[in-house]
Amino acid sequence: MHIYKPEQEPAVRSLGPENLLLKGATLKNTKKIYGVSVYTGMETKMALNYQGKSQKRSAVEKSINAFLCVYLCILISKAVVCTTLKYVWQSKEGQDEPWYNQKTQKEKDTFMYLKMFTDFLSFMVLFNFIIPVSMYVTVEMQKFFGSFFIKWDNDFFDPEIKEGALVNTSDLNEELGQVEYVFTDKTGTLTQNNMEFIECCIDGFQYRQRDVRSELDGFTVTDGPVHKLQPKAGVEKEELFLRALCLCHTVQVKEAGSEETLGDRLDGMLPKPEEERGFIASSPDEVALVKGAMKYGFTFLGLENKKMKIRNRQNDIEEYSLLHVLNFDPVRRRMSVIVQTRSGETLLFCKGADSSIFPRVRPEEVDRIRLHVERNATEGYRTLCVAYKQLTAEEYMVAETGLQDARLALQDREEKLMAMYNQLETGMSLIGATAVEDRLQEEAAETMEALQGAGMKIWVLTGDKMETAKSTCYACRLFQRGTELLELTVRTLEDGRSKREERLLELLRDYHKRAVQDAPPVRTGVVTRSWCGSQEYGFIIDGATLTLVMNPPRDADASLYRSLFLQICQNCTTVLCCRMAPLQKAQIVKMVKNSKGSPITLSIGDGANDVSMILEAHVGIGIKGKEGRQAVRNSDYAIPKLKHLKKLLLAHGHLYYVRIAHLVQYFFYKNLCFILPQFLYQFFCGYSQQPLYDAAYLTMYNICFTSLPILAYSLLEQHICIEILLDNATLYREIAKNAMLRWRPFLYWTLLGIFQGLMFFFGVRFLFSNPALQDNGQVFGNWSYGTIVFTVLVFTVTLKLALDTRHWTWLNHSAIWGSLAFYVFFSFFWGGIIWPFLKQQRLYFVFANMLSSVSAWLVIIILILLSLLPEILLMVLRKPRGPLSRQKKPGQSNVGGIPSSQSSARPLLMRTFSDESNTVILTDGCCHTSLLQASEGALLTGAVGWDHQSSLTSADLHPLRFNKTQQRFQLESHDSKSHKTAPSRHFLL
Amino acid sequence: MMASSYNAKEEDGHHSGSAGLGGAAIRSRKPDNTAFKQQRLPAWQPILTAGTVLPAFFVIGLIFIPIGIGLFVTSNNIKEFEIDYTGTDMSSPCFNCSQSFSWNSSTPCKCVLPFSLEQPFESNVFMYYGLSNFYQNHRRYVKSRDDSQLNGDERSLKEPSKECEPYRSSENKPIAPCGAIANSMFNDTLDLFYIDPNGTKTQIPLIKKGIAWWTDKHVKFRNPGNNPNLTTVFIDTAKPVNWRKPVYELDTDSENNGFINEDFIVWMRTAALPTFRKLYRIIQKKNNMTPTLPRGNYTLEVTYNYPVRSFEGRKRMILSTISWMGGKNPFLGIAYITVGSICFFLGVVLLFIHHKYGNRNNSSDIPN
Repeated sequence: MHIYKPEQEPAVRSLGPENLLLKGATLKNTKKIYGVSVYTGMETKMALNYQGKSQKRSAVEKSINAFLCVYLCILISKAVVCTTLKYVWQSKEGQDEPWYNQKTQKEKDTFMYLKMFTDFLSFMVLFNFIIPVSMYVTVEMQKFFGSFFIKWDNDFFDPEIKEGALVNTSDLNEELGQVEYVFTDKTGTLTQNNMEFIECCIDGFQYRQRDVRSELDGFTVTDGPVHKLQPKAGVEKEELFLRALCLCHTVQVKEAGSEETLGDRLDGMLPKPEEERGFIASSPDEVALVKGAMKYGFTFLGLENKKMKIRNRQNDIEEYSLLHVLNFDPVRRRMSVIVQTRSGETLLFCKGADSSIFPRVRPEEVDRIRLHVERNATEGYRTLCVAYKQLTAEEYMVAETGLQDARLALQDREEKLMAMYNQLETGMSLIGATAVEDRLQEEAAETMEALQGAGMKIWVLTGDKMETAKSTCYACRLFQRGTELLELTVRTLEDGRSKREERLLELLRDYHKRAVQDAPPVRTGVVTRSWCGSQEYGFIIDGATLTLVMNPPRDADASLYRSLFLQICQNCTTVLCCRMAPLQKAQIVKMVKNSKGSPITLSIGDGANDVSMILEAHVGIGIKGKEGRQAVRNSDYAIPKLKHLKKLLLAHGHLYYVRIAHLVQYFFYKNLCFILPQFLYQFFCGYSQQPLYDAAYLTMYNICFTSLPILAYSLLEQHICIEILLDNATLYREIAKNAMLRWRPFLYWTLLGIFQGLMFFFGVRFLFSNPALQDNGQVFGNWSYGTIVFTVLVFTVTLKLALDTRHWTWLNHSAIWGSLAFYVFFSFFWGGIIWPFLKQQRLYFVFANMLSSVSAWLVIIILILLSLLPEILLMVLRKPRGPLSRQKKPGQSNVGGIPSSQSSARPLLMRTFSDESNTVILTDGCCHTSLLQASEGALLTGAVGWDHQSSLTSADLHPLRFNKTQQRFQLESHDSKSHKTAPSRHFLL
Repeated sequence: MMASSYNAKEEDGHHSGSAGLGGAAIRSRKPDNTAFKQQRLPAWQPILTAGTVLPAFFVIGLIFIPIGIGLFVTSNNIKEFEIDYTGTDMSSPCFNCSQSFSWNSSTPCKCVLPFSLEQPFESNVFMYYGLSNFYQNHRRYVKSRDDSQLNGDERSLKEPSKECEPYRSSENKPIAPCGAIANSMFNDTLDLFYIDPNGTKTQIPLIKKGIAWWTDKHVKFRNPGNNPNLTTVFIDTAKPVNWRKPVYELDTDSENNGFINEDFIVWMRTAALPTFRKLYRIIQKKNNMTPTLPRGNYTLEVTYNYPVRSFEGRKRMILSTISWMGGKNPFLGIAYITVGSICFFLGVVLLFIHHKYGNRNNSSDIPN
């Protein structure tokens, strides 16, 4: 770009992607800019990544449809059977039209086949009640009212944003109980995107910032508390390191006055104290580093006229002129600055990922730091290494010209720059490393663990760098120390000498062999847990590689790649996809969604870039985060925090699923045993479509007599109470894969319905072999027959539900007993009056007469009992799971939410410690006594766990762990004050 | 009977008031902290276990078996006598009547069937007629009636319901009572004679009151108009085509004539199954000294008006005593005994299982 100004020579400036302002960019240093908008409307990133909303239907609905088909077949076959038999029966002499029952002229004239057809149709009408039409109404009502419980749940209320959960659709409540794959965004979902400087390592010595409170209170520069280990690096090294931190970044200082206009309003946090500086940077960890340096006494004051100002520990202002910034890019994975001190020295400070720094520094320096870096990485911290290099004047001149040339090159600008950068960043000396924690969302690790315990596979889909994402996964304990990581990224692809595609296939095959073929063969059942096996795998893939997998250059490979990829992923506990474009996220979700067995997927995210993924998954969950309302608006459910996902799935989802599954099965069952006697009656009435029940009963059965109890059940049932559901994540697996709506339970319910229908009909049929049932010798007719059957039916069906109800609130009581009472009342009422608008008074006093007959009472009682007997028997003989799971096991409640890990002792132990370490870090010495107590509780558990473990095999323990355990054990015996002393504690952590 | 734990969780209802006051500012958004909305309604959580169901099984068994035995004995004590008088056999006295039946014959065909009772019938005896293979529950048949006409509605008398087709009108006059059910009313006359050991024949008095449901007789069926002279009431109507006499000549007693004739009402209550019986007459016990029907020889005199041969039907006459549970039917007794025994048996089996299983369960709990 050439710039022309009136009195100057035209200047040449480069114009590259760094000059592009993306959505959400904030202006700094200037009030306004002139720009050209390049991508608008449908070309914007958001629009390109947007996916059309499609109708989401739950798996339950699919099951309903399948069952419906079965019942439709039953209906049609019943009608066909009856029609056929009718004509067989009629062909006999004198049956069709005996003298007492002549046909009308019109009936006689009707064409035979037409008559057959109308007979078929009228049988269909007679039996159509077998199709539970009212079920759809009830299901909709259940879903609609049921979703209010999510909205009302106080546990979902977040005092920070003063909002609870939001339900955008009520169709998917039960799907929450069926989730097999969780796709989660990282930034803003798993993490708060709020970096915190944890510790640094200077020249092999560790420095740790312990006091969390000082940050909250705002800190002054000079007297900020700094804790150091006793053996510490020389002051010189220390200061050099801190200067490097202060200089090597692209952070801007924002003055206190203007700060309220921006970020803070968005964050909704309290305005910060005056003396605190606001920092703005493209990456939040740069801010964290600068703030970290500030804690150790070096404050970055800002950049003015290409001069960086630093206030050092002696409260002096140091000035450095910024010569060049060697920008960060994902391939180099480091950035550098070249500054000149006042004394004229030219220094190059470089910071970057360990893997990119270590080869460029002297090896003997590396060894001192490597241990720290690696340990920090597995703790889930983001580590950066800092190196520096002194440039001589000549060197600098060469660099200066080289950089200038490269920047202005029109062709291969990037390559040239890269080469220049690489050339500069060599031969540096390593001064230290930093560890920055990307603060996890509250209870993120616990939530993830609970979800894994519930048998869900968690996929982290993020646009971030792999290292960042990986460290988050470690921090969330999605990856653990023992997890074997299978990496399929651009880096691993380029490691090999062979071509990318070949290398890809090679790697896929290799991983497939490791993760799928060599995996223990126990993973057939639903209930297997991958970390129960010998080895757990984590899989990492990045966007570019994913593109290769999804759209390989040769189409023929596509299916092979995909299936290999899918199989690997399915056998990994956690899959991490980094560097994903939003649409790629959706692509992945779609791929898993359409894979074999069509698992239920859930996506959770908070930003606009997650929208397509949220829309694609079966269930989309938005987090009411800081990144606007896009995700919330497009989601099916929105929750304020990630931690709420646990209750949403494990408690609400589970309950909803059980409720609706039972509702569906019950509806089919009750309609089957409702209509089966009517079908059987056809065999006794000359296949004449004579209804067994009165028309009022036929219509009222589903609407009034049996609808309310099941509705109350489907809204209020808690077969296992919520607390236990939350404590035992494994319970979620019992309903996995639509367990209650598969063919087996359906068959059970159908057989039950058939059995009961047969009972009702033939019980009364045998009673009516002598219809003189009253003590005055009078006889009962066909309507009495139907009424007795119907009474038995209503009572049995309602009592069957009562047997299934595990949670009797007063609403259940009133619905169940109220329905029965209503039936009795209605029957009296209906039969008590000569209804003027009725053509036939069929039921006039039928019910009352029935009740006056002792035999009718006796037959009703015995038939109800006999029909429920198998159910009661099954309930008793079935494994008495109820009372066991109901009792809280004391050990479990202490560990808190991970009882499933009891299955294997070792993971339990590990987890316990990890839990603990978290707790202790969060604790702030004396101030939060309650927290301290909590952590002590955890310690106790840990100690006991250790004891237990050591009795098994202490050699089995990881040496480091073992060490820690001992330390911990000692610490536990000390009084609580020992918690406050930083050094000892530091060593533990 | 059930192990139950009454699980009243924290009563959040109590706190809601104070919470509401404290957080008035955020009240609009914050969900109400009520037990219902938080799904924490106090609930009774019954658990069915072997231990709780076991006693229930025993109790059911212990209750049902005596009831069953009682029912069975009661049913067995009921005396019942049945005689088929269809006349399909050549040997049957009614053979001629059944063969030579024609709707138009003016002289009724009579046949006499002798029978003997081996045992005396002590209490009131109920006389039924039974029909087989007669589909009173056929849909076309069941609906072929007009209840408002039978309830004395004069407009329906003049213009019966369409449901009565093809028995709605004859000779351009509305049929009263219309419909197939009324048209096919059973019109055999059954008379019972006791033959003394010395040969004298005495007619046994048959009471025709109290054979229909009280509500049917007094509410559901009513003669049209207030005119006690039924002949004028039914002046513009025709008799059902298969009847020998019009509806107002069913009985001489005005309380039992027309639509409120009890035989008619009994017939109008359609039977549930194609083989059925209907109450015909009641033989009342005279005094405590003599049985209602002493053992000995009897004759049944049948005025054979009702043809069943065309549809292969059968006609029976049944004499039966009645107990508190109705007529003779061993089914209920057997059912109760069976279910009671099953429950008892299951109770024993469950006790056995529970004993074994329960012990194992306890021992396996200890290492945990």
